[in-house]
Amino acid sequence: MRSLIKKLKLNTLKTAVTFKSCWNYLFFDIPKSWRTDILAPPLRIGVKTKELITKHYLEGMYANGIKPVAWVTSGAPVEFLKALGFYTLYPENHGALCGARKVALELCQEAEKNGYCIDICSYARTDIGSALSGKTPVGRLPKPDLLVCCTNICQTVLYWYQVLAHHFKAPLVIIDTPFIYTEASLPDVEYVQKQIETAIETAERIAKRKLKFEKLKEVMRLSKIATELWLEVINTGKNIPSPISAFDQFIHMAPIVELRGEPQTVDFYAQMLKELRKRVKKGIGAVIKEKKRVLWDNLPIWYSLKLLSETLAENGICVVTSTYTYAWGELAPMIDPERPIESMAKVYLHPILNRGTGDKLSLMKRMVKDFRLNGVILHSDRSCKPYSVGQMDQRAKIVQELKIPAVLIESDHNDPRAFSEKQVLNRLKAFMEM
Amino acid sequence: MERIKAIGIDAGSTAIKVVGINEKGNIVFYKVEPTSFQMKPQLEKIIEELPKDVPIGATGYGGDLISNATITASEIRCHSKGAHLFLKGPGTVIDIGGQDSKVIVIDQEGEVIDFTMNDKCAAGTGRFLETTAWRLKTPVEEMARFAEKADREVQVSSVCAVFAESEVISMVAKGEPMEAVIKGLHRALAKRVASLAQSLNIIPPILLSGGVAQNPVIKSMLEEELKEKIIVPPYPQLMGALGAAIISMESKTKVTNR
Ligand code: SF4
Repeated sequence: MRSLIKKLKLNTLKTAVTFKSCWNYLFFDIPKSWRTDILAPPLRIGVKTKELITKHYLEGMYANGIKPVAWVTSGAPVEFLKALGFYTLYPENHGALCGARKVALELCQEAEKNGYCIDICSYARTDIGSALSGKTPVGRLPKPDLLVCCTNICQTVLYWYQVLAHHFKAPLVIIDTPFIYTEASLPDVEYVQKQIETAIETAERIAKRKLKFEKLKEVMRLSKIATELWLEVINTGKNIPSPISAFDQFIHMAPIVELRGEPQTVDFYAQMLKELRKRVKKGIGAVIKEKKRVLWDNLPIWYSLKLLSETLAENGICVVTSTYTYAWGELAPMIDPERPIESMAKVYLHPILNRGTGDKLSLMKRMVKDFRLNGVILHSDRSCKPYSVGQMDQRAKIVQELKIPAVLIESDHNDPRAFSEKQVLNRLKAFMEM
Repeated sequence: MERIKAIGIDAGSTAIKVVGINEKGNIVFYKVEPTSFQMKPQLEKIIEELPKDVPIGATGYGGDLISNATITASEIRCHSKGAHLFLKGPGTVIDIGGQDSKVIVIDQEGEVIDFTMNDKCAAGTGRFLETTAWRLKTPVEEMARFAEKADREVQVSSVCAVFAESEVISMVAKGEPMEAVIKGLHRALAKRVASLAQSLNIIPPILLSGGVAQNPVIKSMLEEELKEKIIVPPYPQLMGALGAAIISMESKTKVTNR
């Protein structure tokens, strides 16, 4: 990679045909040993996913000085930044990429060396480790001109972004979203709306331009369409057999998180939906002999996707969908491009992690019914406390009320030290026999 | 020796358990060996000595290492199958092994309805008593006898097997009688296991298995905590291996019946 960066530095961005050579270093490779005996061939859209993400990080390498750069949390209202021409970087996605590339542990240890406790979320440790050491599998991350932290996912981000602000000496905007149990009240929405308005003023100052309202509406419209398409992509899983698995979704969700509000994202999901519909027509299932259909709860285990998907597929189990990937689609109807700021406030108050554990249980029950599922795998994620709290009761309720098996596996989405293969497979084996 | 119809091997992390059963499912042969750090050759040697042309069911952490097994099944399924022979209907299995503990709720046929495991924390397993026994220079088999002699129990606050070691040492140093400390240790383990069980919708009767089931104090404390009578089968440590043998016998009949 170092030689590649040198080459890139020597060339101008235009002659960076290096994109092709860069390609191999970024994001996912289709595993060389793809198990076609148990899994449908990889989705063709995968090539496009890789292209989008590669381009995104490549652009990032050269963004400083060309565009204002904002680092944002995954649940931050990003549309006004897009409308102001910001390049946006998602440390959590970068963290996931490091996890899938199996370099997260090294970066976590960089953070730990500097005194960050092992109990802190592994995304935060990966990101802080990357910032402190400058190491990243994507070559180079652009420095932030602005940090936008929205507390609708957890409180960790609040401290994490203060660390980033201190490290990069960059201004930090915090958007505080009060916890709601099921639905936000009017004062909640007004409170968040006011903060977004203030955030816009700060962003305008940094971008040195005024926000054009029409442009914001356009970005919101693109966000809405892409989110709707993503929801439709997930909903193809209602077919038996399901043309898509949650493992596919984990990989192809990157654009909806990272490139929301852009025209290319709309095209991407339209194309993906087309491919999936073709699969449905031909009766192609993501798992070749789909016998059981299950739900995944919580974040994926990024460094073990292959092991888990193959172990389950070998036993005819398709993990049809997940609450995690669904979260990026379920709020589509709430987005109203005609009232962008108010609807931003509303949408960003409602992510799954800002709602109560009872509400999450109802969602899971609904998904079990709608997707015709016969089991649930709950990943108790050592890092993500807000996602994992309540899982014991949710599991028990699912077993008692829906009379389907549900298993809890204990691990961590990015830190492989919390993953014991034997123990996880041991529990899954018992679950698969039920 | 009566003719063996099927063999079950539970290759656990602490001990390897082997049973042979007759066609009624009764144990006619058994063997228990501590697990060595080289499990594969150890298993090969064990298998060499077993009768050939009999179906073998394998389970446990090393279950996959038994290459000539007719069938491998999860520990959860094997334990429930073995326990069902004694429960004879729906019920709950609590298994406290050397390195993990599990609670399994089974139905009329001995199939698993629900289960939960503690494989993360040694404080809820047999290892808890083992390490503290070692620190107190008492053989682990003697621990129950000490506890029975106690006229009161000291509360062990630690929930960690490692820190419990230093905690008991300091208690004894402060002059607490050994018996009371040991009884407190039993209580701490029983409470941990009881709360694991209570996280499920358990149904009576309850069967206690695993090496720790031989400890009468744990049994009676669990009865107190769960307010239910507990059955301990004749060979509590062999439930997994027994279940594996039954599963392999069933799979054989299924194949020949086809
Ligand atoms: S704690 Fe959970 S929500 Fe917060 S950053 Fe980590 S993974 Fe995301």
